[in-house]
Amino acid sequence: MRHVISVLVENKFGVLARIAGLFSARGYNISSLAVSETLDPSVSCMTIVVDTKDETILEQIKKQLNKLIDIITVMDFTKKEHTDRELVLIKVNYAQKEKAKIESILNKYVAKIIKHKGETAIIEAVGDQEQIKHLLEALGKLGIKEIIRTGRIAMAIE
Amino acid sequence: MKLTGAKILTESLAREKVEVMFGYPGGVVLPIFDALYDSPIRFILPRHEQAAAHAADGYARATGKVGVCLATSGPGATNLVTGIATAYMDSVPMVAITGQVKTNLIGSDAFQEADITGITRPITKHNYLVKNVKDLAMTIKEAFYIARTGRPGPVLIDLPVDVVMQEAEFEYPENINIRTYNPTYQAHLGQVKKAAKLIKASKKPIVYVGGGVIIAGASGELSEFIRKTNIHVTTTLMGLGAFPQTDPLSLGMLGMHGTAYANHAIMESDLIIAIGARFDDRVTGRLDHFAPGAKIIHIDIDPSSVSKNVKVEVPIVGDAKDALAKLNKIIQPPDIEHWNGQIDAWKKKYPLAYKNDTQTIKPQYVVEQIYEATKGDAIICTEVGQNQMWAAQYYKFKKPRTWISSGGLGTMGYGFPAAIGAQIGCPEKTVFDIAGDGSIQMNIQELATVAVNKLPVKVAVLNNSCLGMVRQWQELFYKKRYSHTRFKSGCPDFVKMAQAYGIAGMMITKKEEVRKSIDEALKIDGPVFLNFIVEEEENVFPMVPAGEAINRMIEGMA
Repeated sequence: MRHVISVLVENKFGVLARIAGLFSARGYNISSLAVSETLDPSVSCMTIVVDTKDETILEQIKKQLNKLIDIITVMDFTKKEHTDRELVLIKVNYAQKEKAKIESILNKYVAKIIKHKGETAIIEAVGDQEQIKHLLEALGKLGIKEIIRTGRIAMAIE
Repeated sequence: MKLTGAKILTESLAREKVEVMFGYPGGVVLPIFDALYDSPIRFILPRHEQAAAHAADGYARATGKVGVCLATSGPGATNLVTGIATAYMDSVPMVAITGQVKTNLIGSDAFQEADITGITRPITKHNYLVKNVKDLAMTIKEAFYIARTGRPGPVLIDLPVDVVMQEAEFEYPENINIRTYNPTYQAHLGQVKKAAKLIKASKKPIVYVGGGVIIAGASGELSEFIRKTNIHVTTTLMGLGAFPQTDPLSLGMLGMHGTAYANHAIMESDLIIAIGARFDDRVTGRLDHFAPGAKIIHIDIDPSSVSKNVKVEVPIVGDAKDALAKLNKIIQPPDIEHWNGQIDAWKKKYPLAYKNDTQTIKPQYVVEQIYEATKGDAIICTEVGQNQMWAAQYYKFKKPRTWISSGGLGTMGYGFPAAIGAQIGCPEKTVFDIAGDGSIQMNIQELATVAVNKLPVKVAVLNNSCLGMVRQWQELFYKKRYSHTRFKSGCPDFVKMAQAYGIAGMMITKKEEVRKSIDEALKIDGPVFLNFIVEEEENVFPMVPAGEAINRMIEGMA
């Protein structure tokens, strides 16, 4: 199961290395990682998605993260009401005969073509994991050349 | 007042009440050494940076104060690494200061450059690269605070040479506030009450004590708890000394080389009261077979230690001293007469023993004689391997901070420099390094340090002409294929070697000379090197083979 953990950290050099090092040293896998500054520029937010079935490993990850001195808070969204989004860039074949099909797929999602040249287009899509999965499945039938994902970011309502 | 970074460093160390530091000079730390020239802080110059780190560690373990070591950039810093990792694994408060190349050269592969904050990130509690002299005083304050509070550990401060040469206004901060760091000391009363209830209801409880009790200074509270409940106590290797082994309720050490009765008792128990211990694999053996009928109460200051390896019924995060004090106020003794009778029967049936019927010297006998000659009051440092296990088994520790050994990392070469640190921290105490002929040669250069500083450290080498513990495993599990573990040739004449440093040396080959030589060594007001030629193929028993349940022991003679 994938768990979204949001970590607020001191915005200092080396903090990302501490966190990445902790995951690699203890053999935990990071599925995705997104880092950026917050409203308070002295604080960064890292949204880490980890894939584990084992509750004790998830607990250990949270405890070990909390142990790092530069970490302010660790929030686990697993059992918390939250919204998460991911941005995906998708390069597709945009030949004349595919155009109509692509347009009709894109209309169903928060997705649009942001650049095209010749027979290639780049689609920008934003959504939760389900939406992105379905979009990629639909586009996959037409042939995807390349995708890049930002990793999830998440926010709790309260 | 404006001071250079180097001066700020020495002034700040003085404010932290640092009495002694262990270090080695080098290029980029020249400004620091220049400042040290005028500093009242005692400086010990070992002969290798690794020994500086171990000595700082030994000093910290013996005194409870923060140990401080210093090395130059690059190889100086990397030579500290084993010492820092050793301290990290055993939760030893230490501040390691390293020189670094100039800030504008960092990352350029400059001469003697190493990314020491990168290298030590997984083996320090925290580390710092100070890029601005204005941050230096606060960084030192934070480093000492982090090193000594919560679950203690080593903190490294990397100081570029230009930073220690620049000047800044010096004012040592009075207060500290790290928003991200706030260890829990107060044990939750509700949890303590739950624990008391479980204890009262238990039929077969056991107290399992680790080094955390020593770090917390909670031996008094532990003794009170045991007096009130009458529950037997077993300790980890790190917990030796937390509870007097001369007490009838002591079961000694448990685990891979623990006593049979401690292992049987914990395996059969219905309640484990774990205090400042972490259920390490050397203690639990095969985890899915460990103490199958036991519920667990776990007192620890480090939340990540709780429920890491075993499932815990009642976690109590907090200081062991506080938790035990609270527990002592409400505890009611369980009804365990029958259980205690069972444990006493195990004690009688499976005593810790060895065959002492030969004319050759048994290593266990040497340890016993050191125990008797020092009346159990010495500080015992050890190396790693058989020497360490025999010392742990046959020296009956009575007080905290008298046992100094690399438990978690298992660092050969640790004991001798650690003994130097312990002796400097406790000048009035008798300090022994119980060593093997393999381990002692890993930091043998420190003979110079004890000689120069006239430190009365007694080195007792249990010389079996081999790397005994590895040889033992080869004997038991690798069909006696002694691959590269015999030291038959190449071992120096230790007596001559000691004498070359101006140190008294003795070689002991006969059993009847053992006690005499120890008594004589104790009379000498200075370092002594005792080379005991012991039986080569003696093994450490009991022994739980790796990956077995801990009641499946290979017995020696019982």
